[in-house]
Amino acid sequence: MSSIRSNPQRLSVLDRPNSYIGKTVPRPNLDRLLQGRGSYVSDMELPRMAHVVFLRSPYAHAEIVSIDAAAARRMPGVIAVVTGKELADVITPWIGVLSHLKGLKSAPQSAIAVDRVCWQGEAVAAIVATSRAAAEDAVEHVGVEYRELEAVTDMRTALDPATPVIHASLGDNLAFERILDAGAVDQAFAGSDAVVEAEFIFGRHTGVTLEPRSVVADWDAAEARLTIYQGTQAPHMVQNIAALHLGLREAQVRVVCKDVGGSFGIKVHIYADEMATYALAKLLRRPIKFVADRVESFNTDIHARDHRCKGKIGVQRDGTITAFEIDDLTGIGPYSMYPRTSAIEANQVVNLVGGPYTTKNYRARARVVFQNKNVMCQYRAVGHPIACSVTEGLVDLAAMKIGMDPVEIRRRNLIADDAYPCASPSGLRFEQLSHHASLAKIVEMMNYEALRAEQAALRKQGIHRGIGIASFIEVTNPSAAFYGVGGAKISSQDGVAVRLDAQGSVICQTSITEQGQGSQSLTAQIVGSVLGVSMDRVRVILGDTDMTPYGGGTWASRGAGIGGEAALQATKILRKNILDVAAVILQSTPAELDIIDNAVVNVSDGARRIELDELARIVYFRPDTLPPGIQPEPMATRHYVPRDYPFAFTNGVQAAWVEVDTDTGFVKLLKHWVVEDCGTIINPQLVDEQIRGGVVQGLGAALFEKCVYDDRGQLTNANMADYLVPMSGEMPDIDVGHVVSPTRESELGAKGAGEAGTAGAAAAVANAVNDALKPFGTMITEIPLTPQVILSALGRI
Amino acid sequence: MTAPVAISVTVNGERVEAHVLPRLNLADFLREHLKLTGTHLGCEHGVCGACTVRVGGEIVRSCLMLAVQANGAAVETIEGLSDSGEIADLQAAFRDRNALQCGFCTPGMLMAAQDLLRENRTPAREEIREHLSGNYCRCTGYHAIIDAIETTARARMELKA
Repeated sequence: MSSIRSNPQRLSVLDRPNSYIGKTVPRPNLDRLLQGRGSYVSDMELPRMAHVVFLRSPYAHAEIVSIDAAAARRMPGVIAVVTGKELADVITPWIGVLSHLKGLKSAPQSAIAVDRVCWQGEAVAAIVATSRAAAEDAVEHVGVEYRELEAVTDMRTALDPATPVIHASLGDNLAFERILDAGAVDQAFAGSDAVVEAEFIFGRHTGVTLEPRSVVADWDAAEARLTIYQGTQAPHMVQNIAALHLGLREAQVRVVCKDVGGSFGIKVHIYADEMATYALAKLLRRPIKFVADRVESFNTDIHARDHRCKGKIGVQRDGTITAFEIDDLTGIGPYSMYPRTSAIEANQVVNLVGGPYTTKNYRARARVVFQNKNVMCQYRAVGHPIACSVTEGLVDLAAMKIGMDPVEIRRRNLIADDAYPCASPSGLRFEQLSHHASLAKIVEMMNYEALRAEQAALRKQGIHRGIGIASFIEVTNPSAAFYGVGGAKISSQDGVAVRLDAQGSVICQTSITEQGQGSQSLTAQIVGSVLGVSMDRVRVILGDTDMTPYGGGTWASRGAGIGGEAALQATKILRKNILDVAAVILQSTPAELDIIDNAVVNVSDGARRIELDELARIVYFRPDTLPPGIQPEPMATRHYVPRDYPFAFTNGVQAAWVEVDTDTGFVKLLKHWVVEDCGTIINPQLVDEQIRGGVVQGLGAALFEKCVYDDRGQLTNANMADYLVPMSGEMPDIDVGHVVSPTRESELGAKGAGEAGTAGAAAAVANAVNDALKPFGTMITEIPLTPQVILSALGRI
Repeated sequence: MTAPVAISVTVNGERVEAHVLPRLNLADFLREHLKLTGTHLGCEHGVCGACTVRVGGEIVRSCLMLAVQANGAAVETIEGLSDSGEIADLQAAFRDRNALQCGFCTPGMLMAAQDLLRENRTPAREEIREHLSGNYCRCTGYHAIIDAIETTARARMELKA
């Protein structure tokens, strides 16, 4: 690349000397976490702070006949017992709909149930006491009389006329329906050499953040200001919603987000009990702390997936895929979540199925129904694991039907790498993807031919191993098309302010947040590289609505691509401002100067002319020595939002190598590979670890994780012992490779990487298990692939 | 059994005298009474491992042990192991390998890793994976953690050689 350093306006971060872009550097904030000196909300204490514990409904659906809190109020340490009716005077109810999801409906939801509970775990009363233990003691003494109502639990019968309607005002249990018909699907199926159908079943699961949801809400009655300390991915969204429902202006609400013990989309929502905690702080005029325990986390953290999707694929003998068709059904619990809604996952399934492939014939229906179970909403890789498992499962079925190798059928159908820009049948616009380069790379990484030979050799010894491949696309860097156009006050833009401090270091405030992905690191890497200062001189401040510019936060794989570009643009301005002052001080011109390694240097010979700390000293303490009319601007702010494309799609492919024990039904994950293309890579290690972590969450869904409900709507495994998550002993090593197609929409060129791993992992494993079981003539299209599922399919139980 | 009980515990080398309710678990005692918030609570029923501390040299789940049971014992937490420098190399390896994301499991993970390395100086990857199976991490997928522990084990062996 050519050097264009002489013109700061055309600066490319990739060209800078000592650039941190593309380099593995340790995250600046790690020592704190490694030494147990992090600051999580669950660690917080404030003067006069009280603790809230919620009494939760034991029924999935019941009327609240009466609540008797007299005995609880007499318990030691109890400050207040507050019912839904009482809290309704402080906080208004909400309805989780967005206007761009046409027809989406939901019922008003209250912070605490008022006269009816709609899922097991919905809060019925708040008990506030001087300690959590005292509040828990008192919960036992609140008497609630319920009249149990019939619970709607099975999504398959939720729309039957005989099934009770959960919210009478809505008329039925259908929350949302979307139908899409592109190309000529019937004609394509009729002209196909083979048509294959299957029903894919996805278990309801949840995020299991290791730190449960935690809030400290502090109402300052003197200032009339609410400070909310919360582990959230979207502080400004929380500010907006809290203000709206408490009757405050946004300026009266400050949201502070310190360390967050895992998020994964679980903490991008606003939960009823969190709203109740804000309201209780206002009502009781003191700080209130809510930390969910693990049982209530399982019962109230959003669940996800829980889809049953019928799929159909047409194929020619030469491997050409002629059409896809799906009919997806999902149950979201009794309410659409607020404010992001619970229709997004099904909507994404419709958008994404068939996305990597060339066929233009695609028909889809998705229906989202209400049930009396915990709420479902967006969790890491929203909709992608469903769409990917259905698509890739169908592609493998088609390959099997015509006797073609799974890699070969993908080679023949994936969109060509030189076909971009182009669009999918569902209208998704792709700027530049690299399916073929990615597939070629993974085939090489895994040594596909050798693995096939090994598989065949082991087969003779009665060892059943399988290879599974799954290509995928991923939505990243969402524009206002995601939420803003539907009326949600969820910002798609991010802002960054950078300033030179009085000793030549840099303070950077960004509206993206940190939950361990490396937001601080990538921001410091960009600022340091663009400005020409070392990373140890860049301090990044985030997670505080009083302190940072306004922006969306960290979710939907948007932090690096959107927040990173804002940091780049802001730093370019600061750099120009510094060089303008330096030129005056040095009697030179900005074009003749550069900033390298914390000093202003000559472009011509690299000679150090003035250290940044000396420049800062003059700017802040001796501006009198500057010529008249020169006003230095040692701070710059820029905002950024993608405008050309609604989403920056990424792509990739995953492969799994598994062994199935056909006697026990256990699946051993031997190895997993991922090749993905997130555009410009800012920190290779951070990207790889995002991929690996995402893969393992997908592997959990593939093999273990499932919220098991009985037919009365009782969650029967709401604890860590019965709800299985991946443990280190059963996880494989994961090799990650990259293809790099930067987005041309931004100067940085970065797309997102946080969800790619989760998007395709389960599909790869399911395909691998079916490959292993090929000699048994069985095909499993249900996850999690528990021993019971596998042995049932094999006819052994 | 509901009246406070006097206990004397050595925590990170300091003697602590306290009156605690018999039902108070060790994790809450460390976090709420001593403000040692590096010990984290992920499940409060002995599965996730985030609350792992050392009592009398053995790692235990502090959510499953009562504070009164620690009477007379030496308790070591992540703060103690950090300040003494005992696991400085392990922490550096975690940092260099980005073997933590949100950091919530990390104190317990480091406790368990150090426990393994004290018992077995050259653990194979599978042994590391096995030993850490009582410590859940939801962010990393474990691969980087295994790498960091493997690297530390090798470095310690080289130091000895």
